[in-house]
Amino acid sequence: MRDIQADDGYMTADGRKIGGVAMELRNITLRFGGVVAIKDISFDIRWGEIRAIIGPNGAGKSSMLNIISGFYHPQEGDVIYKGFKRPRMRPYEISRQGIARTFQNIALFEGMSVLDNIMTGRLHHMKANLFQQAIWWGKAQREEEENRAQVEKIIDFLEIQHIRKTPVARLPYGLKKRVELARALAAEPAILLLDEPMAGMNVEEKEDMCRFILDVNDEFGTTTVLIEHDMGVVMDLSDRVVVMDYGRKIGDGTPDEVRNNDEVIKAYLGVAHE
Amino acid sequence: MLYREAGDFKTNYVADSQTFPIKFDRYGYYFLLGFAFLVMPLIINDYWANSIVVPFLIYTIAALGLNILIGYCGQLSLGTGAFMAVGAYASYKLMTAFPELNIVFVVVFAGIVTAAVGVLFGLPSLRIKGFYLAVATLAAQFFLIWLFTRQPWFYNYSPTGMISAPQRELFGVAVTGPRASAVAMYMFCLCFLVSLAWLARNLTRGTLGRQWMAIRDMDIAAEIIGVNPLMAKLTAFAVSSFFVGIAGALLFTVYLGAAEAGEAFGIDKSFLVLFMVIIGGLGSIFGAFAGAAFLIIGPVLLKLLLVNTLGWPTDLAAHLEIMIIGALILGFLILEPHGIAALWRTIKEKLRLWPFPY
Ligand SMILES: Nc1ncnc2c1ncn2[C@@H]1O[C@H](COP(=O)(O)OP(=O)(O)OP(=O)(O)O)[C@@H](O)[C@H]1O
Ligand SMILES: [Mg+2]
Repeated sequence: MRDIQADDGYMTADGRKIGGVAMELRNITLRFGGVVAIKDISFDIRWGEIRAIIGPNGAGKSSMLNIISGFYHPQEGDVIYKGFKRPRMRPYEISRQGIARTFQNIALFEGMSVLDNIMTGRLHHMKANLFQQAIWWGKAQREEEENRAQVEKIIDFLEIQHIRKTPVARLPYGLKKRVELARALAAEPAILLLDEPMAGMNVEEKEDMCRFILDVNDEFGTTTVLIEHDMGVVMDLSDRVVVMDYGRKIGDGTPDEVRNNDEVIKAYLGVAHE
Repeated sequence: MLYREAGDFKTNYVADSQTFPIKFDRYGYYFLLGFAFLVMPLIINDYWANSIVVPFLIYTIAALGLNILIGYCGQLSLGTGAFMAVGAYASYKLMTAFPELNIVFVVVFAGIVTAAVGVLFGLPSLRIKGFYLAVATLAAQFFLIWLFTRQPWFYNYSPTGMISAPQRELFGVAVTGPRASAVAMYMFCLCFLVSLAWLARNLTRGTLGRQWMAIRDMDIAAEIIGVNPLMAKLTAFAVSSFFVGIAGALLFTVYLGAAEAGEAFGIDKSFLVLFMVIIGGLGSIFGAFAGAAFLIIGPVLLKLLLVNTLGWPTDLAAHLEIMIIGALILGFLILEPHGIAALWRTIKEKLRLWPFPY
């Protein structure tokens, strides 16, 4: 909801408001030794939209998210966030700027309960220092309580009340994915990055996850960048789609535009994929 | 049927996240505290204080400290013995340089000095982890002990190379030095242990504790969701060393009275505390108590059994004792790798449902 420049935005067919440019990736090139994972890609992400990134395996989609969240640093190109060129920063600093994410291979804290995992997502909202926490008086306790209340809202929203106190290691795969989304949402991010949130799920779980993503976007206006292989899902959910293949961008536009793009059709027919 | 959550509803989040959510546990805990503060002082004697109780209290503090580092933050350390030595030598230097300084402050300052040294030797953890970090802390262990035995400034140029604790009083009662009574030593260490356990509990239940655990469980993901690894690791080293330093200061001033770094704080002490943490249960406050109890009380009970009851010669019993404790540790780790704390949790979970298995 932050920083929407109304003059620069537009309304979607289903009545959601899309704002101005939140982030712009400009001429990004990323290499691993001799491997070029991303080759001179540019695209932008607007406030409030659901932006999908699709492409065959190894196309460089996850690498792109890793650049946005500061885990990889591109050899060339710039990330423009909220109108400013972002200097090289550590991932935790970037997360503090309102960027949260989930991972392709679930990266929950296995030794902690569901509740603690989600509470960890709120760490930027907790400011009590070491000494205040040590005596657990005043600020530390108050903050814990307030943030717990926020986390409970997310727990209700994602319908995971029953596993609140369960150690994460004991959860089935589908629920883990949901807890990971909860942890990312707990940060109240301006931009939410989801790396294949529905991979490996059954139809019912996928439907739930779609509903959650749409609801989050609807209710909180959270800008969402989504990597997904299921074309049906992508076409349903997203406002705009970037198509990548072998580290290049081969398409960018609304789902309809992308679906009818010759190069995209060729890439998808030429390469074995899901 | 007493051990129940049902009917004990939590109406707010504070109540839901308290230390002992089950009433029965809470009362058990109050009972233990009452016993430790009110009954023990009446019945404790020199033998029990010296052989079991005081070392148990002191080593529990060290185990709490190491558990914060290893169990909560996942940073392996083999330097505990040396960090205890830092606490001991810091308290010695403080006591001799400022004879008027209250012994409570001496011990706390010794902890603070150790925290600073711990942060210094924790710096490599920003680059290396696991076994490599363990080796780095091992280097710290040998370096610090070398420093304390070879640099006369640390032992005030005493010809024996030993440090010895002068008498210090609290409320007119001697707590250090040869005239300190068993009760005074016990109460002094107990107060430290209870306060520190409370601090440890508070630090591990809040956002800092969660950041430590996040680093432990998956450091890369932790950093991406916003944990500053530098802060998390160094605070863990600082807090952990603070505890260990206080344990070292107490061990020297209250318990040993005189010490020489190499002998009192060698690598064997590092391993002793490490065993306590592992056997008690990584990442558990209760585990620190259980592990220290096991490794302090176990050998004494065995010795009583072998020497006093069975009448075996002392030296034979001593060897056997080591073997039996070693075998117990191994057996225990095979049966319950997550330590006594995990065993206790399983029992409690069963108990919660008892007498109906479902
Ligand atoms: N850390 C790394 N080191 C070396 N090569 C890497 C690394 N990360 C990614 N790559 C390479 O970069 C290319 C793009 O990988 P990436 O994971 O971004 O693909 P993707 O589009 O997410 O694929 P998938 O659909 O399989 O998840 C691949 O060739 C991969 O081998
Ligand atoms: Mg990927």
